Amino acid sequence: MSLFDKRLSEIHSELTKKQLSASELVEASLKRISEVDQELHAVITVDEEGARRQAKALDERLAKGEGEFGLLFGLPAGVKDNIVTAGIRTTCASKLLSNYDPIYDATVSRKLKEAEAVIVGKCNMDEFAMGGSTENSGFYPTRNPWNPEYVPGGSSGGSAAAMAARQFFFTLGSDTGGSIRQPAAFCGVVGLKPTYGLVSRFGLVAFASSLDQIGPITKNVEDAAYVLQAIAGHDPYDSTSAKVEVPDYLSALTGDVTGMRIGVPKELIGEGVDKEVREAVLAALKQLESMGATWSEVSMPHTEYAVPAYYLLASSEASSNLARFDGVRYGVRADNADNLIEMYKETRSQGFGPEVKRRIMLGTYALSAGYYDAYYKKAQQVRTLIIRDFEQIFADYDVILHPTTPTTAFRLGEKLDDPVKMYLEDICTVPVNLAGLPAISVPCGFSASGLPIGMQIVGKAFDESTVLRVAHAYEQATEHHKRKPEPVRG
Amino acid sequence: MSAITRKEVEHVANLARLTLTEEEVQRYTNDLNAILAFAAKLNELDTSDVPPTSHATDVHNVMRDDENRPSLPLDAVLKNAPDHEDGQFKVPAVFE
Repeated sequence: MSLFDKRLSEIHSELTKKQLSASELVEASLKRISEVDQELHAVITVDEEGARRQAKALDERLAKGEGEFGLLFGLPAGVKDNIVTAGIRTTCASKLLSNYDPIYDATVSRKLKEAEAVIVGKCNMDEFAMGGSTENSGFYPTRNPWNPEYVPGGSSGGSAAAMAARQFFFTLGSDTGGSIRQPAAFCGVVGLKPTYGLVSRFGLVAFASSLDQIGPITKNVEDAAYVLQAIAGHDPYDSTSAKVEVPDYLSALTGDVTGMRIGVPKELIGEGVDKEVREAVLAALKQLESMGATWSEVSMPHTEYAVPAYYLLASSEASSNLARFDGVRYGVRADNADNLIEMYKETRSQGFGPEVKRRIMLGTYALSAGYYDAYYKKAQQVRTLIIRDFEQIFADYDVILHPTTPTTAFRLGEKLDDPVKMYLEDICTVPVNLAGLPAISVPCGFSASGLPIGMQIVGKAFDESTVLRVAHAYEQATEHHKRKPEPVRG
Repeated sequence: MSAITRKEVEHVANLARLTLTEEEVQRYTNDLNAILAFAAKLNELDTSDVPPTSHATDVHNVMRDDENRPSLPLDAVLKNAPDHEDGQFKVPAVFE
């Protein structure tokens, strides 16, 4: 059994018994990166020296056997490159930030370090998390490990592809409209978007502040619960951080789904969903039924309005958040300007890629005088209707289950010229962000062409435990998560 | 809602502090029109009695005592600055 196939809790126990060392894990991770990342381009920055130094320090402590060992002791992590890491370049996959060396840690970076994980690399993404294919990276697109002609999804495509190819032991992504779950589905791994406010956003470079949330991408559900345990919790540095007790997520993984009531929205399982995807999800429902759960079809009548509402809201928030990238305090400043305003404009125009500019333009327009009510406020009202759809279902059901994406991964370049077509890909994931709910994507099959299929389980606010329990019970009864992509060259 | 014009695109670009090339002006005029036509779908819904949502969870002002706390060292703050002088960020002239 490869080191990478072991559960994180298993590795932890072997480490504390000195059957494994942090250095062995870090070397395994660095070796994998050097073997596959030339082709996959899932990683932007590798901190080889820092990772080796940290692993050595951890091993010295291990040898002395002193004190408690952190939950993530010695585990090599890949962190999406919009999460700041003190001393490791953080670019948001943007040319504008290609030289940005953070002077502080995001709260999740600090929590990883306190739990004694080793941040080995920073993962590729769509620039500023805007996109669903990682083709909008300002540096290079990431390839899908199951087939390099296909996209890994996005925007956390690097985090998902690197996890699928076992370049790290776990990764972190961020999810504004599906950016953890959709790439997890496309890459055949597990991706969890926690409830809005459960994980601190301090140090996550803001895209749409009312929607953004950080979460783990892992090879199985237990690992996702394990990592969530280490990163969840209230943070005074994030004013939207929730003051809630963090439960013990691992103890929720009982394997028991008896009596669990599952709602399946007909809008997300019918027309527009690929036959193979639908059949895989229906088979999963049958599986859960055989284990004692019940399911029935429900309706989310405002589903078709979620994507346009989302794009108006997210782009509006983005246009405001990205105003800070003006070449004054950080970033690559354009050097061909004679005055301040020209410098702002040239810096932004040279530094931002086409999709980022498109969304800044859309958001600026939607917020501009005369259009605010027609677009921004209207979208906020529709957001309320979508939240009500969820509330109605959750009055009678414990979780909602449907495909994570209507199709499996698409080819590179296939949707790049048609923004509306690209945005419609997000139909199954954006409602969850608008409502701030927790949701997980778990592998539930493969297409005939060998591409992974993911299903999504959505829960009530702060009920990650139930979401994880259903996902874990299903996973343990099936084999999909055990399949790995062919080693990508070498 | 009427289509967004080229002139409006240029105006919005200025508000967003972007300089667009001729090709970009054309592309974004087309793209924004396509996206806004798609967004017009929202007008099918009567939302006159629906309150807007800005955050899905209960978000309210968070206050703390106004106490002195250590701030970041100046050299760290200036480390990423494209240009600085005498402990301050330096930018091109504001007025010509």
